[in-house]
Amino acid sequence: MADDTARIEEILQRFPQIKRNALIPLLQAFQDEFGYISEEAISRIGAHLSLPTSKVYGLATFYNQFSFSPRGFYHVVLCNGTACHMGGAGELLNEITKLLDIEDGETTRDGLFSLEVQSCIGACGQSPVMAVNGAYYSGITVKEVREIINQYREDAER
Amino acid sequence: MQRDRAFLLKLAQCDHSELNPDELRQVDILRKIQVPKPLVMVNSSTSGIVAGSKKTWEAIEQYAADRSIEIDLTETGSIGLSSEDPVVSVQLPGRARIFFRRITPEKVLSLLDDLFHQVVPDQNVIGQLWCEGQESWKDVPALEDIPYFALQSRIVMESCGIIDPFSFEEYIAGGGYRAFLNTIRSYTFSEVCDLVSDSGLRGRSGGGFPTGEKWKAAFRTPSDQKFMVCNAEESDPGAFMDRTLMEGNPFQLLEGISIAAYAIGSNRAYIYIRSEYKEAIRRINNAIKELREMGLLGDNILDSGYNLQISLRKGPGAFVCGEETALIASLEGRRGMPSSKPPYPSTSGYLGRPTVVNNVETLSNLPGIIRNGPDWFKGIGTGDCPGTKIFSISGRVKMAGLVEVPMGTSFDTIVNKIIGGVGKGRELKALHVGGPSGCMVPVELMEIPVTYETLKEKGLVMGSGGVIVMDDRTCVVNTVRYFMEYLHKQSCGKCIPCREGTRRMAEILTSITRKPVDEEGHTTLERFKGVMQLENLAEVMKDTSLCGLGQNAPNPVVSTLKYFRHEYEEHIFDRRCPSNSCTELRSWFIDVDLCTGCSICAKRCPAEAIIGTARHPYFIVQEKCIGCGICHEVCKFTAVYYK
Repeated sequence: MADDTARIEEILQRFPQIKRNALIPLLQAFQDEFGYISEEAISRIGAHLSLPTSKVYGLATFYNQFSFSPRGFYHVVLCNGTACHMGGAGELLNEITKLLDIEDGETTRDGLFSLEVQSCIGACGQSPVMAVNGAYYSGITVKEVREIINQYREDAER
Repeated sequence: MQRDRAFLLKLAQCDHSELNPDELRQVDILRKIQVPKPLVMVNSSTSGIVAGSKKTWEAIEQYAADRSIEIDLTETGSIGLSSEDPVVSVQLPGRARIFFRRITPEKVLSLLDDLFHQVVPDQNVIGQLWCEGQESWKDVPALEDIPYFALQSRIVMESCGIIDPFSFEEYIAGGGYRAFLNTIRSYTFSEVCDLVSDSGLRGRSGGGFPTGEKWKAAFRTPSDQKFMVCNAEESDPGAFMDRTLMEGNPFQLLEGISIAAYAIGSNRAYIYIRSEYKEAIRRINNAIKELREMGLLGDNILDSGYNLQISLRKGPGAFVCGEETALIASLEGRRGMPSSKPPYPSTSGYLGRPTVVNNVETLSNLPGIIRNGPDWFKGIGTGDCPGTKIFSISGRVKMAGLVEVPMGTSFDTIVNKIIGGVGKGRELKALHVGGPSGCMVPVELMEIPVTYETLKEKGLVMGSGGVIVMDDRTCVVNTVRYFMEYLHKQSCGKCIPCREGTRRMAEILTSITRKPVDEEGHTTLERFKGVMQLENLAEVMKDTSLCGLGQNAPNPVVSTLKYFRHEYEEHIFDRRCPSNSCTELRSWFIDVDLCTGCSICAKRCPAEAIIGTARHPYFIVQEKCIGCGICHEVCKFTAVYYK
């Protein structure tokens, strides 16, 4: 915990300008560094920028980029843009939620998987697209999703 | 480096006919027309990476290292054929460059082996790009002759996928930055505004507002500080033209931003980009760094007395931030909620100062307009809408990708002739144009010339130019439901018509696209009233919403009610989805020949709709079936089917 506090201070030091328009870049720096925004971070940001914690939290929850629970060991990103949706992303999403028992933005209880549904990652030619920790899978089917997830699960057990 | 800088700046300012032969040779090398060693270019844009270009890159590196061949391996952007990625192009010294499609790591070996023996492989060839002074390949079609390229006029996308987006030298040797230097040397602020006004350039993000007029409004407003903002949010799912432009030719965009900032007399410009666009961010950051080193950004640019700083801001992801007032709110560190206009951002925007927000495609048009003059630009497209427009085509098509055509080209040309239409044996049903708040264009209207006005006459919009192609397997109502759910999630919640309207629309559409769980009370009535309520709701939302998002949100519903009413009626009255894609409306049956009577489906059916006796074929009672499809999933003998 003490380690986290030091890291939080270190990130805050990178933004010496105490201005409202530094709020989003600050939150993004936390998101990049920790993978999520903790309660402690929100209250520290509020104190740093002299903003009420409620405002910081209100802003952070408005945008899609920020998450409030730690990411899983494998972060699954599923694109649900129009092209991917037509290519069957909805069915893939059902399959993943069933397999992992989590919804969009959640992490499994063992901390192994987390799921994020993005509105469009911009690779509409390869739809439907899924990424696990930055490794992309394109043109996938429900069966392949099952295999991919199970493969990662096996890898983790080993 | 010092000499290089002087030489590059000279290139941007003098006529190339004034150069001596030695310098011309250097230009050819910089432009990669003459290459000293074999050049291999790999598309490393997002679509390339998703298709696996990183592995292809490693395979090529390995190939060269194993054989100790010296090659020049370079990144490039997408040439627009995103479904054909990873696209790789190879240029041997003295020969024309050839483009290949779908080069997976396994294909690298045979491809390069063949090419280094001066043989062109039969498969995966797209075409060759010939320049003067090169020997062309026999029996390889020229890029401009294949149907995909032949019918396009590439102006903004001309260099995408051909040049190295990290190389400033290549951009400047190809005529880059000539326009900007000319602007700051020879024109006053208002002259640039007039020139762009005269060219008739209109905003490419959907509204079609004349760019020059927007600039003039900002220019005329007195203020100590003015801001130029490039809208690179591109939040429409299914649109990827801005991303491709930024990944393929970032310097062109930055030159455009510089010209626009100069025209309104601003010293501060921002690029507001989606945080998901990691590849584009990497390229733009590199480009800004290079320009600073060259002295083309910063204080007193090339002793002209003009200062300009461009910085990148990552958008934290909200569809509504594509709207200019919401974008400005987000830049200021507030929630991305639109505010009412007027005051327009061009008089009071970022931090209360005059701010111009232009889209990536609009800004990328500027260097060409300044270089070739407004008359050249007016000669392309139609009288009201000069220039070209980039459409991103995806969905049920043979090839997905970008198409740049002059304004006034019909959708028929774009989809059927250039992209090659829908898959074999399929029938084109409709096009969805302009993202979630866009319109459905029926096949009958595909012949009309596409300009802002002609589409408006038919009650349609162009939006940002994302085109989703639907064939007979796609359900119109289900697609509209998807858009409504998306818009409902993305509504910022500030005004009631949009926040509640999108939710109610999504609810009505959901109730139409599934079987009624019970026939009691008001649910049946709601279903039948659905269409009428949708029409009323659409009208209210259009009239009373605060921003473009809410006003345009009913578009998909209104246009489909107009052109595809029969599909709604079939869903409501017959409870049938003509394309069978509404899973919950499917009628399930058991094949008596395949069923072994194992009874697992009957045990698992949540509605107890399956009856029968063990070891005899089972039967589904249609009246009870809720269409969940669990019986299909659990059947080990594939006896359950739908129609």
